[in-house]
Amino acid sequence: MNVQKAIVVIGAGPAGLAAAVAAYDAGATDIVVLERDGHAGGILNQCVHNGFGLHTFNAELTGPEYAARFGELAAARNIEILYGTAVLSVSSDRTVTAVNSRGMIKYTAGAVILACGCRERPRGAINIAGTRPAGVFSAGTAQRLVNIDGKRIGRKVFILGSGDIGLIMARRMVFEGAEVKGVAELMPYSSGLRRNIAQCLDDFGIPLMLSTTVTEIRGRDRVSSVVVASVDENRNPVMSTAREIECDTLLLSVGLLPENELARGAGVEFCTATGGADVDDGFMTSADGVFMCGNCLHVHDLVDYVSRESGACGVAAARYVTGCGIGKSDAAVRVRTSGGVRYCVPQRITRGGCGNLTLRMRVSGVYKKCKLRVSADGAPVAERNRPIVAPGEMETLELNAEQSRRLRSAECVEITLTNKDG
Amino acid sequence: MKIDKFTCIRCPMGCALEVRKDGGKITVTGNACKRGEQYALDEATAPKRTVTSTAELIGGELPRVPVKTADAVPKEKMFEVLEEIKNARLTAPVRIGDIAVKNAAGTGVDVVVTRNIERTFIA
Repeated sequence: MNVQKAIVVIGAGPAGLAAAVAAYDAGATDIVVLERDGHAGGILNQCVHNGFGLHTFNAELTGPEYAARFGELAAARNIEILYGTAVLSVSSDRTVTAVNSRGMIKYTAGAVILACGCRERPRGAINIAGTRPAGVFSAGTAQRLVNIDGKRIGRKVFILGSGDIGLIMARRMVFEGAEVKGVAELMPYSSGLRRNIAQCLDDFGIPLMLSTTVTEIRGRDRVSSVVVASVDENRNPVMSTAREIECDTLLLSVGLLPENELARGAGVEFCTATGGADVDDGFMTSADGVFMCGNCLHVHDLVDYVSRESGACGVAAARYVTGCGIGKSDAAVRVRTSGGVRYCVPQRITRGGCGNLTLRMRVSGVYKKCKLRVSADGAPVAERNRPIVAPGEMETLELNAEQSRRLRSAECVEITLTNKDG
Repeated sequence: MKIDKFTCIRCPMGCALEVRKDGGKITVTGNACKRGEQYALDEATAPKRTVTSTAELIGGELPRVPVKTADAVPKEKMFEVLEEIKNARLTAPVRIGDIAVKNAAGTGVDVVVTRNIERTFIA
């Protein structure tokens, strides 16, 4: 079956729904959202804890509630969502091939929005020695098994990685009656939100072991223990500090990776620092009319930020298909980052674009009393003082119309992190 | 003078809060908003938490339904509330806001459903 659509959105998680709703409101009403799962909301549905939506809805919601609110916004606009529909390929000329129980669908799209989310980094990617017993889960998989499927996954749990999912799962396992022996973190700081350390670990007396890693997994059929050791400044384990911790379950919360097989197939250019596409300020990739937003563009800390970014992406895609957008994004200035700023999204700022710019970035280490600065041809355009920045918390710079205009006309745009007086 | 230090959990900013008790006078610093001030005062006197978990669901598309306390409950009551959630048994369909446990653990706070789940289709 061949179908023409103004906009095809891939993924009905928070990013896809927010992009579709915003695109609809911006005048591009001929939209289809393709979702491989049977429900909308993506990973929010397994995030049964609260703390979502303070920015977007000014309410403290759980994941499923947040997803339901966006589902309602999409339903109120009669936006078509096809469930149980897997996208097989996206081409650079915006042909989207999808399949579901009724057969194959080939969409010819005015614009494609990739909102495919991310995956967890698996055990194999971090090379832990030892046997291959049952009882080793990535934290998000464990979350799904416990919260959606209602499975009991273990009684004595150790967690490697202090990302937010690991912290949330520490509390969740305590609530499920398990004993959580500790959370080890390779880095000297946690990559999770401070409040999650307070309410998920401190509340239950679960130790957070910084600069510590798991060096071996032991057990024949089931995990029986893990060996943990402190690491030196080069993150190499110091084996004289090794000790065995008895447990039957090891959860890995060791990072998220944007899921971008489809984008790769479409041949778009990537940013090595984010793992997502290289995009302009309208979230367009190097392929004309192919857009990207949400956790497949770069991994976010908060769903509220995903919704906001994806809404902007949806508006840009709508402008593109209705002919009042930026158009092909070849005339752009590249945003350079240095001095502790690891990346910036967007990576390019279009010369002919309009509207206020929002720059989202991550830093490479923990810095105190510092200043984020964006400059155009060496002259500061905007600055933001920060008491503390950390790799686990995304930083933003919001620019007004005049500041945005200065960046758009600059030869060189650079973001730096300096000490407060510098 | 007594100083308590907390990390605010009301939003993802995670402000570092300080509560100073000087005689009868209590002052909060480090908060970026009103919510943080209230959290610090509660935390210093009677800490509270919103409890989230899942409950058994009969006849639904999914075997479990996510639930939460409609408001924060005293921290020391968390596990009693969880025990009552464990004993609850709901029947599909369920809607967001449906009451799963009334007056959980005598706190005066209800446990409510946080996801719409339909009945399963039996062919």
